[in-house]
Parts: sequence; structure tokens; C-alpha cells
Amino acid sequence: MRRNRILAHAVLLTYTVIALFPVFLVVLNSFKNRRAIFADPLAFPDAKSFDLIGYQTVLKQGDFLLYFQNSMIVTVASLTCVLLFGAMAAFALSEYRFRGNMLTGLYLALGIMIPIRLGTVAILQGMVAAGLNNTLLALVLVYTAQGLPLAVFILSEFMRGVSDDLKSAGRIDGLSEYAIFFRLVLPLVRPAMATVGVFTMIPIWNDLWFPLVLASTEEVKTITLGTQVFLGQFVTNWNAVLAALSLAILPVLVLYLIFSRQLIRGITAGAVK
Amino acid sequence: MKRAHILVFLAPAVIVYTVIMVLPLFATLQLSLFRDGGFVGLQNFRTLFGDTRWSASFWNALGNNLWFFIVHMLVQNPIGILLAALLSSPRLRGAAFYRTAIFVPTILSFVVVGFIWKLILSPIWGIAPGMLDAVGLKSLFSPWLGKEGSALTTLALISVWQFVGIPMMLIYAALLSIPDEVLEAAEMDGVTGWSQFWKIKLPLILPSIGIISILTFVGNFNAFDLIYVAQGALAGPNFSTDILGTFFYRTFFGFQLQLGDPNMGATIATVMFGIILAVVCVYLFAIQTRLRRYQF
Repeated sequence: MRRNRILAHAVLLTYTVIALFPVFLVVLNSFKNRRAIFADPLAFPDAKSFDLIGYQTVLKQGDFLLYFQNSMIVTVASLTCVLLFGAMAAFALSEYRFRGNMLTGLYLALGIMIPIRLGTVAILQGMVAAGLNNTLLALVLVYTAQGLPLAVFILSEFMRGVSDDLKSAGRIDGLSEYAIFFRLVLPLVRPAMATVGVFTMIPIWNDLWFPLVLASTEEVKTITLGTQVFLGQFVTNWNAVLAALSLAILPVLVLYLIFSRQLIRGITAGAVK
Repeated sequence: MKRAHILVFLAPAVIVYTVIMVLPLFATLQLSLFRDGGFVGLQNFRTLFGDTRWSASFWNALGNNLWFFIVHMLVQNPIGILLAALLSSPRLRGAAFYRTAIFVPTILSFVVVGFIWKLILSPIWGIAPGMLDAVGLKSLFSPWLGKEGSALTTLALISVWQFVGIPMMLIYAALLSIPDEVLEAAEMDGVTGWSQFWKIKLPLILPSIGIISILTFVGNFNAFDLIYVAQGALAGPNFSTDILGTFFYRTFFGFQLQLGDPNMGATIATVMFGIILAVVCVYLFAIQTRLRRYQF
């Protein structure tokens, strides 16, 4: 038994190193000068090799603050729409009996399996026709549509679990259906909302395809596209490349560490059903 | 209208989903039947499969995509299952730490992942050869991403490195949901350790493995970002890493000297749609219904 446990730790620890080492290596070397990066990539920066030249180049050259702001706007706006619209639809599907309930649920669930990317040609044409290409709104719309199917699916599972007594009591007290949704049900499914939020957020923040196709001008570049373009231009400036990568990693990593418990609980809870 | 609220609740989601996702999908299918604004029937498909230049690119991309998928199935999912099985062993200390750490690459963007590995595998920086040297295997090193024979497999393994956390988490969740009584009964009968895993747990988590396989398939047949970041739209060297996603992008958006062609792009998207739909249907009707009976 004990030998088994040591073996388990050994395997898990090895894989943890494999998962973290590349990230660690990049962040570590972003704080060193060019010579130290090549001479001894595994050493920690010391007084002689410590250098922020990479970060200075990145902040001077690229408009990363703007890209970051664009990404924030797109992610927060899409997330709000997905959570609000998704919860509303999930409530309608789980609470009321009406003709076409099943069909609507299935129709929305189809989008979980079929990737929205396949419609890109027509989406681009539609956005150009509506004058929305190279705007952040185009991205928000696309990501909202992309996130809704899974959000509706997960949230309606959770809303089925909300007690009927509570809602009946609310109705007897004369609450409108909207008040029941916003004041009784929404606060109760907050943990599920957080889970859906994390799942929705990661692919939006990291997406390269739609920014590339729909919004590639300088003013509306997201951080992912901005980093990609910057890395392409500065391939040979190792300090700048490593610093740009670290700047792209750190915010996501911090957010992940804050929300990781929510994310893991969400995956575990969803699969138990 | 006493039930108008149902409509109000449903409308925003259904409208956005329909207008931005479903209608463009159908419009794309329709565009594949047109050329320069005129209806041409299946002409575009005949070009894609009949014209030797087009069909060579298409079959190359499809074959590469299949290999990309096979590597994921053979490497990513077994490793994920192994890690989950170890994580779920009772009273394991530090399980939360391992879980959190192994999932980190999954949250990073393809841009970051692609570039990190480009740097590590680069002969200029020398991290990979240096580390192989430390274990006496320096002769094995070659610039894997730059060689036709190994570039695609290398990229697939990078993608495996990034996404191994997903099968690990889903299987881990499935293993936790096995009722204790089942495992206790097994222990009474003397079925423990690895034989318990093979005989009791594995059959019970088969539905989760099915879900993971289909998620992997859809993800792989729609992949684009990693190849684009690491090898560019031309999916070099010499198209050896070209998959359907990059082929689709090049065709409809254009690159360097070639102009974008929305109709041929739509044709490729339609074929991709057909492939994904067919596999998802096979999974839903043939595999999942058969797996259902194992569930509690």
C-alpha cells in the first residue's frame, strides 16, 4: 500500500513538473539579460543578470494597454450577455411547460457540438454588411452566440434542482415571474453561474480565430491577437518575446488561481449528474 | 397574453443564437453552391475533389487531421485516465495541488503555448538539446518542428501537453461519482488495486471516455490556432502540418499571393460540417445509447 502511494506521488509529481516547467522557464528568463538567457537558461536571475529590458521594449513598442482593455471589454460584455441570456432561457426551459419546450432545448443544445467557426464565411459577410467588421461589438455578438448553448444546458440542469416550494411561496406572495427569476432563483444558482462563467471566459479570452477574421485593425486588437502579431515581428528579440509571453500568461494565471476551486468543483459537480 | 414572460425569457438567447450562429451556418452551406454570385450546384465540390491541386491539398489536410486526432486519442486520453486514477486514490495528500497545477497549461492561449514550445524546441536557445544532453541522449535531438517527418506529431504532442487536463478532470469526476458500496463489495470479493481499476472502475467510466473522445474529435477537427501560431498560415514545412482548419482559413481568407475565395472556403466548411455531424451522430445514436446501461 505504502509503496503504491509513493509511486502515485512520483508519477503525479513528474507530470506536474512537465506541465509547469515550460511556463516557469519563460517567466524566469523574461527577467534576465540576453547573455544570461542563452548562457544559463535554468539559473535564477541574480544582480548581474537581472534585466527588465524585455518589458521596456514591450511596453514601448506594442500598445499592450489598449489590447488588454479591448480584451477586457469583449470578455466582460460577452460574459454578461451569456450569463444573463443563458440563465433566462434556462429558467424558461426548466420552469414552464409549453409546446416546443423540448425542441427549443435541443435546438439550443446542438450548438455545443457544432463549432461556430464553420459559419465564419457568412458571419464575416453579415458583419461587413451590417458595418460591424472591425468593431468590438462583432466579437461580443459572436462570443455570446458561441457561449450560449453550453450555458443554457448547464444552467437548466441546476435550475431543475431549485425547490418548487420557494417559488410557489413567492407566487402566493404576489411576486411576478420576473421577480421570481431575478430575486429568488438567480441568487440560488450563483455557484453554477460562476462555473459557467469560468468555462465561457477562457476560450473567449484566448481566441485567435475571430479577432483575426473579424477585428484585426490596430484599435480593436485583443491581447491574444496583439501578442501574436508582436511575437511575429520581434521573433529575434528574445528579451521582448519572453517578456510579452510572461505578460500574456500572468493575468490569466492569477485569475485561474483565484477561481480554480470554482472551476474544478463545476467539472466535478456536472459529471456526477 | 398571460404567458408572455416565457417568450421574454427565451427571446434574447434564441435570437442571438439563431442570427449569429445558426443562420450563418446555413448561409455558409448555401454559399458552397454558388460561384461569383451565380448558382452552380455541386460544381465547387467537384473542383474540391476533382481538381488535382485542390484534392491533393484537401486529402493532405484530412489525413494530417486524422493523425492529429489519433495522437490525441493514443497519448492524451490514456495519460489523462492514468493521472485521474492516481488522483482519485483514497487519502492522497496534495490531490488539490496536483489537479490545479496539471490544469494550468489548459487555460493558456494557443499563442502562448505555441510560442513557448517553439522557444524550447529551438536549436538556437538549446533548452531541449541541453536537457537531452543531461541524460546522455543528445544525439536524439533534431529541430522537430522544422522537419516534414516530425513537425505534425510534435505539434500534436504540444496540443496534448496543453489539453491533458480536460480528460483528467472529467475522468476524475466520473471516478469520484462511483458509489462507495460498489467498491466495498469489490473489496469484499478480494478485487483491489489495479485489478479493481480494470474490472470495476473502467467499465463504469466508459460513458465519460465516450464523451471525452467525441469532445477530442470535435476539438481536433476544428483546430487552427496552434498550427497557425507555430507554423503560420502555410502550415509548413511544405504543408506537412496543414489540417482542415488552416486549409479552410487559407482558402477563404487568402494568404500572401493567393486571394481569398469565400465560395471555396464555404465548400470546405461544408465538408468539415459534414464530417463533424456524421461522427457526432454516430456517437449519439450508436455509442452513447449502448453505454447508457452502465450508468446508475
